[in-house]
Formats: sequence, C-alpha cells, structure tokens
Amino acid sequence: MIWAIAAILFWVGAWALNVYLSRGKLTKRNKFLIPLLFGVTILVLWEGLVTGLNVSPIILPPPSAVAAKFASSIPILWQDFVQTFVKGALSGYIIGCGSAFILAILIDRSPFLQRGLLPVGNFVAALPVIGIAPILVMWFGFDWQSKAAVVVVMVFFPMLVNTVQGLTQSDHMQRDLMKTYSANYWQSLLKLRLPAAMPFIFNGLKISTTLALIGAIVAEFFGSPIKGMGFRITTEVGRLALDMVWAEIVVAALAGSAFYGIMALIEKIVTFWHPSQR
Amino acid sequence: MMKNLIAVLTVVFAIIVIWYGAAFMMNKQWTLDQAERAGTTVTTSEVFKDTMAQERPQLPAPHQVISEIWKTTVEKKITSKRSLIYHAGITLSSTSLGFLMGSLLGITLAISIVHSRAMDLSVMPWIIASQTIPILAVAPMIIVVLNAVGISGLVPKAMISMYLSFFPVAVGMVKGLRAPDTMQLDLMKTYRASAWQTLIKLRLPSSMPYLFTSLKIAMAASLVGAIIGELPTGAVAGLGARLLAGSYYGQTIQIWSALISAAVLAAVLVMLIGVLQNITLKRMGMLR
Repeated sequence: MIWAIAAILFWVGAWALNVYLSRGKLTKRNKFLIPLLFGVTILVLWEGLVTGLNVSPIILPPPSAVAAKFASSIPILWQDFVQTFVKGALSGYIIGCGSAFILAILIDRSPFLQRGLLPVGNFVAALPVIGIAPILVMWFGFDWQSKAAVVVVMVFFPMLVNTVQGLTQSDHMQRDLMKTYSANYWQSLLKLRLPAAMPFIFNGLKISTTLALIGAIVAEFFGSPIKGMGFRITTEVGRLALDMVWAEIVVAALAGSAFYGIMALIEKIVTFWHPSQR
Repeated sequence: MMKNLIAVLTVVFAIIVIWYGAAFMMNKQWTLDQAERAGTTVTTSEVFKDTMAQERPQLPAPHQVISEIWKTTVEKKITSKRSLIYHAGITLSSTSLGFLMGSLLGITLAISIVHSRAMDLSVMPWIIASQTIPILAVAPMIIVVLNAVGISGLVPKAMISMYLSFFPVAVGMVKGLRAPDTMQLDLMKTYRASAWQTLIKLRLPSSMPYLFTSLKIAMAASLVGAIIGELPTGAVAGLGARLLAGSYYGQTIQIWSALISAAVLAAVLVMLIGVLQNITLKRMGMLR
C-alpha cells in the first residue's frame, strides 16, 4: 500500500513540476525534459501500483521485472529481432517502397492510369490489408520470405498514393520555367518534381515504418519458424510468461521508434528547404 | 466524372483479368500432378477448366469467391455459425464499440491538449510515440490478460480498436481545434466568452472538417484492430476467426471471402462517415 501511495504522490509532484515548467519559457531543454518526466512518471506509477496493490505478475509484470528479463535474455531477443525486423520487415519495406516508388513514376506519365489507379489505390490503402497474411504465409512458406511479402503488400499502397500525390506538387510556374530551360522529361523529373515530391514521399516512408513492423509480426501469428518476435509473443503468452512478452514489446517499440526516427532524420536532411523543417 | 469512371473501371477490369491469369498459373501444378498420378494426359482447356473450380486452390478464381460469399450470406440463415453475416456482425459490433471509445478518447485528449500547455508538452510526444509500438503484435496478450481479470467478450477486442483509432482522432482534432485564427479567437475574447463557450461556439464547429477526415481513418483502423483481436480468441467467431480457421484448414476460398467481406465492410463504414460528413458540413455551410 505504501508503494502505491508513494507512486501516486510522485505522480502528483511530477505533474506539478511539469505544469510549472511549461508555464516558463520554452527552452530546448524544457522541451525535452517535460515529456521525459511524463514518461518516467508513468513507469514509476506502474511499478508502484503493481507492487503496492500486489498485482499478479501473470497479469501485469512491473517494469523492473521486465527490465531484468530483458537484460537476461538479450541473445534470444536479438535472434528474434534479426528474424523479424532485419529479414522480414526491412527487406519487405525496401522491396515494397521501392516498387511503389517506381510504379508511381510510371503512372505519373499517363494521366489515364493516374485517374484509374489512384481511387483504387486509395481504396486499397484503407482496407484491412493485414488479412492477406494467412494467404501469403501459405504461398511463401513459414520463413521470413512470407513475412517480407506481407510487408510489401502493406506498405505498397500508402507509398504509391503518397508518391503520386507528391509528384503533382510542383506548380505551373516552376514547370514552365523548366520548359523555358528546354529541360527534357528526366531533367525536370530529377531536378524539380522529385525534390518537390520529397515531403510526400517521406510521409509515405514514415507511415510505412510502423506498418512494416506490424505486418512482419502479425504474419508470424499464422505460422513461423521457432524464432521471431510474433512467434515469441504468442508462445510466451501461452506460457503466461508475461515479462518475456513485455521484453519483446520493448524491443518492438525501440525498433519501431528508431526506424521512424531514422526516416524522420533523413527527411530533415533531404527536405531542409520545406517550411515545416525550418 | 465519366472519364474517371471509365479509367477506374478499366483498372478494376485489368485487376480481374490478372487475377484469373494468376489463378490459372498457380493452380495449374496441382491439376497436372493429379493427372500424372491418374496416368492421364490433359489438354490445356481441361487444365484451365479445372483450375477455375478446384476445392482448395492456391488462388481461387474471383467467381469462386463470389459464389462462396453468396452461399454464406444469402443462402444461410443469419443465426447460423456458417453465415458470413453472423461473423461480420460480430466484427462490426467490436469495431463500432472500439471506434466510439477511441473517438471519445481522442476528442477528450485533444480538448485537454488544446487547453492545457502542460498536457500539450508532456502528452503529445507520447501520443505520437505510442503509434510506433506495433500494438497489433501485442493483441494476443491484451486479450489473454483482460480475460484473466474477468473482462471477456466484446471489450478486449474493442480495446485494441480503441488504441488504434484514438490516435488519428486526437491528432486531427488538435489541428482542428486550433484551426480558428487569431481574429476569431480575439472576437470571442471581446465578447468575454469563457473557455467553455469558446470551445462550444467556435473551436468545435470549426474543427468539424478535421474531425470527419480523422474519423474515416479511425474507422478503417478500428476494423483492422477488431479483426486482429479475433485471431487469438481461438477462432471462435468474427471475420478474423474465419481467416484463422481458413488458414488452419487450407480453405483458401473461405479466407478470400472473409477478406473480401472485410473490405466491403470497411468501404461501407467509411462511406457512411463520408455521407454523414457531407450532410453535416452542408448544414453548417462549410460545403458548397
């Protein structure tokens, strides 16, 4: 009980500090410190309530137990990470985004295809595409190839729609200027339209990072070799070893955030000219 | 308009043609193997005929899927466990519950974020970070854990839908509630309107276009959540359970028909919100 009360007191104190901090001038340090403090508070609250109220570790293990499990099973986690993220998600991401990008450039040359494919693409992008996972697992076998295939299908349409939309972003004046320079198709594509499309392309790439990870993990529910994050999560849930499951979730969250962060960083470098980056 | 329709129809037609071609290519092997075992030779037209009507094809032809859907919707009683409408209904109920909870959570969060700087600074980054966690991957755990606490049935699945759908609503509504410009906000101040009055009379009305756009995304997301949520329940009921059962028993036609009905359900739900959007925005004079 003392634990729980202490945690709640900590929460109240930290929240008061956050309110105080956010009243003051918004320095770079504060902008980083306030969300960090909030995150720490949640962890403390979780730990305190779980230990204080004697919640069974089968229902919700405290963060300390998860951290201990994480530290003691790094080899397994690493093996799962390589199987699911590097082999499944990453290769699918590259194939899917790459082919969507190329198809978008091809579509862009034909207004007819643009009119026809865009509504269909938009429609498919809103569908529960993940449902195709069991079929692809059946076609490509249990190993990472089927996971990569699911990822390809999942990231393809968001990427396609974003790229096609991005390619229409350069305005008439700019295109006329390229014509005045007597630039040919490829020159105006490379020097004007692709750079102008970059914010949209990166939007598609960023959306796809999360989709790729989800696709790779969920595809493992339908059959996988005896490694991989999705496999581990389902089997460990069956054994009620929830600390291991949470350790996998931590890995997934870290991988997802890092993946997103890297894409956002590249975006910042590539689209330095865009108003939202300045 | 007419031009667009023709273009779309051409693309759809091309997809169907490719689908038939792929079905022929992928199912061919099985037919040839069967013929070889029986010691007979088959002509190409016989092979083609067989690939279109296998019981467990690698890729069922479109007409097989459509006839399966027809059989399991129109020709079955709705209460039957083999009726797709029954399963779609179960998925729909958890989708809509999750969608409602998610939208409410999203709107509440957005309102508190717009009104409190501390909330904005401390919660907003975590809302964005929360979506990099592949929640669908932990769906089985959420179901099992909530079951252990005594919550079962509709709610755990709806929780997953809620987690997926609150995000677009929260982000969209923060944008929408901040859409009124300084002039309008100043006018409210001149009227000495309270924060509550400003919210009701200015911020909420001007956020409506944003709300509907994010509701559409949230609806699609919560359907995905509900389907994934049904996987670990041991394939009892729902479109997700049909998918899982189909993949266990190699019933490809069943998988595809569940998939198509999920797609139709998603399309209908999103269109419903679109209609609602049109009516609301028209009455508010935001749409001409």
